[in-house]
Amino acid sequence: MNAVNIVDILKNLGESSGFAGVHWQQIVMIIVACVLLFLGIAKKFEPLLLVGIAFGMLITNLPGLTGADALFHSDMWFSAGGKIDYGEVLLHGGLLDVLYIGVKTGLYPCLIFIGVGAMTDFGPMLANPKSLILGAAAQLGIYMALILAIVFGFSGNIAASVAIIGGADGPTAIFVTKTLAPEKLGAIAIAAYSYMALIPLIQPPIMRALTTQKERMIKMDQLRTVSKAEKIIFPIAVTIITCILLPSVAPLLGCLMFGNLLKECGVTERLSDTAQNALMNIVTLFLGISVGATAVYSSFLTIETLLIVVLGLVAFCFSTAGGVLMGKLMCWITKGKINPLIGAAGVSAVPMAARVAHNEGKKYNPDNYLLMHAMGPNVAGVIGSAVAAGFLLAIF
Amino acid sequence: MMFSMAASTTTKYFSVSEGLLYALIGFVLVIVVLIVLMGFIYLLSYIVRKFSEKKKGDAAPAPAEPTAPELAPGSSGNIKLYNVDDRTAAMVMAIVADELEIPLNELRFISIKEINEEEK
Repeated sequence: MNAVNIVDILKNLGESSGFAGVHWQQIVMIIVACVLLFLGIAKKFEPLLLVGIAFGMLITNLPGLTGADALFHSDMWFSAGGKIDYGEVLLHGGLLDVLYIGVKTGLYPCLIFIGVGAMTDFGPMLANPKSLILGAAAQLGIYMALILAIVFGFSGNIAASVAIIGGADGPTAIFVTKTLAPEKLGAIAIAAYSYMALIPLIQPPIMRALTTQKERMIKMDQLRTVSKAEKIIFPIAVTIITCILLPSVAPLLGCLMFGNLLKECGVTERLSDTAQNALMNIVTLFLGISVGATAVYSSFLTIETLLIVVLGLVAFCFSTAGGVLMGKLMCWITKGKINPLIGAAGVSAVPMAARVAHNEGKKYNPDNYLLMHAMGPNVAGVIGSAVAAGFLLAIF
Repeated sequence: MMFSMAASTTTKYFSVSEGLLYALIGFVLVIVVLIVLMGFIYLLSYIVRKFSEKKKGDAAPAPAEPTAPELAPGSSGNIKLYNVDDRTAAMVMAIVADELEIPLNELRFISIKEINEEEK
């Protein structure tokens, strides 16, 4: 019987462990993932998605998880030519590869939109249809970022994916990026969700810079009551009108409106409840971790990622400015009946942006209650960013 | 269809002037689509209003119903309560009215729902 060579055993264990082949970039990515986990858990920055994304990022960058041990194989998804062998993914892919199929096929963003639709009350927008114009103006950042990304030398598909961060809508950003620039999905999703969480810090200085104190103090008239019939007809008609005008918008807007119809029609309460809670939670779980897994160090730690992060911030700022400036214009046209602050809520990010507009208005006039007025542009922004996404998908 | 879509993207670079043009077209398109929707909503609310007015008009000749008892202050319309008992709902409404400094009978509550920490 051979004597057990302890040194050889330890050597083999050392060679098979992750420490043997660790890259410095992996250590950087682990630190980035831990920082994001800290922001999600301790600072509550969009925790439902950021915790999942950060954990996916952590697990995909751990040294030693290669070959059959790897949970995610970026080479299966981002190979030259863009061809994906789904049979290979199912046969030899890791857990996160299988979950990522839901991102790549557009399944998760669409299912999330069903949940978002089921949770959204379009009443404030139906009561004040002018808020749709604010929602449209607040998409300005998307197009400013598109121009800037092209100026910085990004290809059309990456520029479009970067630009959609300005829509301040996570599922929309993921839906566009998974089609146009899947290798940048991790960076773009992280930028989009981080900025959405930072809206209370990003928006107020822009809102204050572009409005006068007198404008910020404007009290708006109470909204009219919207009938049940209007709320039921609206999602059906929007689906017909927008999908005929812009077919590429159908997956996102169709699902959003389907979810809303479940909520409003009054006969599918169980389905609406499932869409709002169980379905939304399950999909959020799968989406977060699989999107985070795409942030592999080799494609994440690049100058492009830094540019994406900066351009994302620029997009957010321009979107806020676009909404506020349109709010000012409407304030002037209506002779002071519209508080321009509600324009900032047009950037989507429901309901965070509406809350920011409300709080900002309340600071200058404690009697001001802008929340419901801001919800109009806020939900209009969701439709606006979906339309913008449809345009980008159709062109790039 | 989704599977083929995933593999159909090609890398193409654009000049700044092309980028400007696409940005302009895209922005105008969003505005146009949302203005069309705005017009539709105005039309929809007009039709619904006319329809309900007509319905009310048709119902007018019918024998007058006995007058409903007057609503107590603060009980305007119906309110839906989700996992909230009457006592708590009354308390919430009173607090909101007090905070806003608006009389309770000038406020209309549509629903009150208890939100658990996990649901946030």
